[in-house]
Amino acid sequence: MQHQLLIGYDDRHTFLNRLSGSTKLLCFVGLSIIGMMTYDTRYLLAIMALSLVVFRFSKIKYRDVSFVLSVIVGFSVLNLVMVYVFAPHYGVSIYGTEHLLLGTSDHYFNLTVEQLFYEFNLLLKYTFAVPLALIFLMTTNPSEFAASLNKIGISYRISYSVAIALRYIPDVQADYRTISLAQQARGFEMSKKAHLLTRVRGGLQILLPLIFSSLDRIETISQAMELRRFGKGKKRSWYMAQRFKRNDYLALAIVAVLILIGIALFKVNGGRFWNPFKA
Amino acid sequence: MSAPIISFKDFSFQYHSQSEPTLRHINLDIYPGEKVLIAGPSGCGKSTLGRCLNGLIPQSFPGKLTGSVTVAGTEMRASSIFDRSLAVGTVLQDPDSQFVGLTVAEDVAFSLENDQQPQAAMKAATAKWARTLDLTELLSHRPQELSGGQKQRVAMAGVLIDNSKILLFDEPLASLDPASGKASMALVEQLTRSDNLTVIIIEHRIEDVLQQPIDRLVVMQDGQIVANDRPETILRQSLLAQLGLREPLYLSALKFAGVPLDSCRHLDRLPELTVPNLTAQLQRWTNGVQLKQPVRHDEALLTIEHLQFGYDPDRPIINDLSVTLNRGEMISLVGQNGTGKSTLNNLITGFLTPQAGTMRFNGHPLAGQSVKERADQIGYILQDPNQMLSKTMIFDEVAAGLVLRGVDEVTIEQRVNRVLKVCGLYEFRHWPTAALSFGQKKRVTIAAILVMQPAMLILDEPTAGQDLKHYTEMMRFLTQLNREQQITIMLITHDMHLMLEYTDRTIVLGNGGILMDAAPADVLTNATIIEQASLAKTSLYQLAEAHHIDPTEFVAKFVQTDREARKCNTNS
Repeated sequence: MQHQLLIGYDDRHTFLNRLSGSTKLLCFVGLSIIGMMTYDTRYLLAIMALSLVVFRFSKIKYRDVSFVLSVIVGFSVLNLVMVYVFAPHYGVSIYGTEHLLLGTSDHYFNLTVEQLFYEFNLLLKYTFAVPLALIFLMTTNPSEFAASLNKIGISYRISYSVAIALRYIPDVQADYRTISLAQQARGFEMSKKAHLLTRVRGGLQILLPLIFSSLDRIETISQAMELRRFGKGKKRSWYMAQRFKRNDYLALAIVAVLILIGIALFKVNGGRFWNPFKA
Repeated sequence: MSAPIISFKDFSFQYHSQSEPTLRHINLDIYPGEKVLIAGPSGCGKSTLGRCLNGLIPQSFPGKLTGSVTVAGTEMRASSIFDRSLAVGTVLQDPDSQFVGLTVAEDVAFSLENDQQPQAAMKAATAKWARTLDLTELLSHRPQELSGGQKQRVAMAGVLIDNSKILLFDEPLASLDPASGKASMALVEQLTRSDNLTVIIIEHRIEDVLQQPIDRLVVMQDGQIVANDRPETILRQSLLAQLGLREPLYLSALKFAGVPLDSCRHLDRLPELTVPNLTAQLQRWTNGVQLKQPVRHDEALLTIEHLQFGYDPDRPIINDLSVTLNRGEMISLVGQNGTGKSTLNNLITGFLTPQAGTMRFNGHPLAGQSVKERADQIGYILQDPNQMLSKTMIFDEVAAGLVLRGVDEVTIEQRVNRVLKVCGLYEFRHWPTAALSFGQKKRVTIAAILVMQPAMLILDEPTAGQDLKHYTEMMRFLTQLNREQQITIMLITHDMHLMLEYTDRTIVLGNGGILMDAAPADVLTNATIIEQASLAKTSLYQLAEAHHIDPTEFVAKFVQTDREARKCNTNS
């Protein structure tokens, strides 16, 4: 495939690939926002289950994303531990009851069911959007990114800079390799044999020429773009933009309903939290 | 004659950042359907002239303008860069940096996107130009997967899609191998005629452009037009050599043979060249030149035996390669892009480890030596000096290698100063590197390697992007190093002039091994090798062939005569 970019887009021939990039971006952003706002465990669990089912449909292989996933899990666990260390009674203050599991009420580090429940909610919020983000990144043709961003209201100049970055990452990587080799030949030891500090200093030696060559690139590319009328109008059209089809409307409608349910639950629960401890 | 489509009237321009005007009192008319070549040494103002045509001046490069430039009926001050781009399509020097889309299709459609054209119209126009320029198969490819020639065709499609009637090429041959360059010029010729375009080519490689008919040759120097005529007239007057430009090789050959240029018809078009008794005159000259025995170098410096390497061992890039490079040789390494020239270098310099085979340098095996240890004996110099310069001051840059090797300060100072003198940079030693010209920067990078006293230098395209004057200076310097210090020099290049004029041995890489290892004259007259290595037939070859002379002998004799002539010039 031609699109072996950083994020590993591949046409996996699923209905998700055929949805327009804008649809996927809107669904992802919409669900993320409502998920970040609500602490209704039932709702979060439902969305989590739904995103896992969709992820299964996307035919993304686990090994393609295992690294990203392990990083995310690592950070989430660290975060949950830190929340407990700094605010071990936060769950109690939210839910208003105290069911002790370990320690007594006088201890700073006691463990309550409320705290566990609160942190479980946090964990759900950190993780439910991950499959959605991966689906968006890995089933959307990079060429469609800029068009999608533009469609949800981000200015086309900013949107296009995303496309340009994607376009130039491989070139800058190649520059980096060339420069690094040339510097090593002059005696900058960059291999693992060298002291960490030496390697960092060696890295800086590469950075200077890399920055200069990248600045040159930017100057030329901006001239090339001006010469082909980039920036002329307030809008531009997109060769790779996908027209909305029936499935796009369907997906957007489903997500809209889900968001509405989320908002309705705020009313039912009388706030962002669902409290199972209340009798 | 109809009215000019481009008209400069007493036009001068001075960049805000410069203290002198770059263009002075330019008067130039170009008529619809003309194909004009603008040539001149670096800094003569030819690129600035191009920027005045496409609107980058004054939009992106502000400065002081006097006089007027009218393009397609509109005065330059009255139109924005966007309006201008509809009249003049520009193909920039480096097709890689002009490529803005993630795929070929998006890049071709880029200007239509900016015009907010509907998708259906864009798809139709893209498909049409992709067909014309033979890009249909490549539409979904990314720029990194294309060859230089393909990228240039994409760039051309991207401007032709606007249906502009004027096409401007800024050094279109600079980043192409000879075969692609030739194909590109043929394509431009075809489009000029079929689409009735006005074409302006800015280029200092005159011979390569003249492979196709050119209506007018404009020569610039110091911001002024010093010649503006049919190419034939300019060639006949031998103006190019006087103006510091490279003459076509066949023209030099005619001069060596004593052919009076006044008797030549179609002097600018080799295939149509008619001269009374040319065959007899050329044969007489050839018979009169005695080929001398080449200087023999037989002290082996780098011996490579049965070298094997591939990122995927089943698909070797270097396959059972054996070669010996001798001390004091001047070698050119050629081959199509992607045939493993850089892989071979990386194996020699130690960035890659071969899967099999041995390399011995000066009798010692290279296998156990680190990149740093090898760098003490084999210096590698990149094409772009900006990728090598890492210090702000010249002295520090040259000293860096020694500092890292823990040499004491007094010795460093002595060695750096000595090298700077050799390289003609001693006066600049306290200057910042940023203040130097491209050619001077290149010298600094060579000095920074020479200071480590290597026995061998590998240079990647040492003369790329330099005009004849700087090119000659650079090569004279390298030849001097080669002769006086017996440093083995290997040049990786596509430049056939460079191979012929300065190297004694050409190694052609291909299919993982060595296709040919012979004198440059033999390589450049071998039709099969020319094809396999993306080279092109030189005009000398064509001239010899047309007049029943053995091309290899003719080229060898030409090279010998040319070098002797150059030696006389240097001595006087």
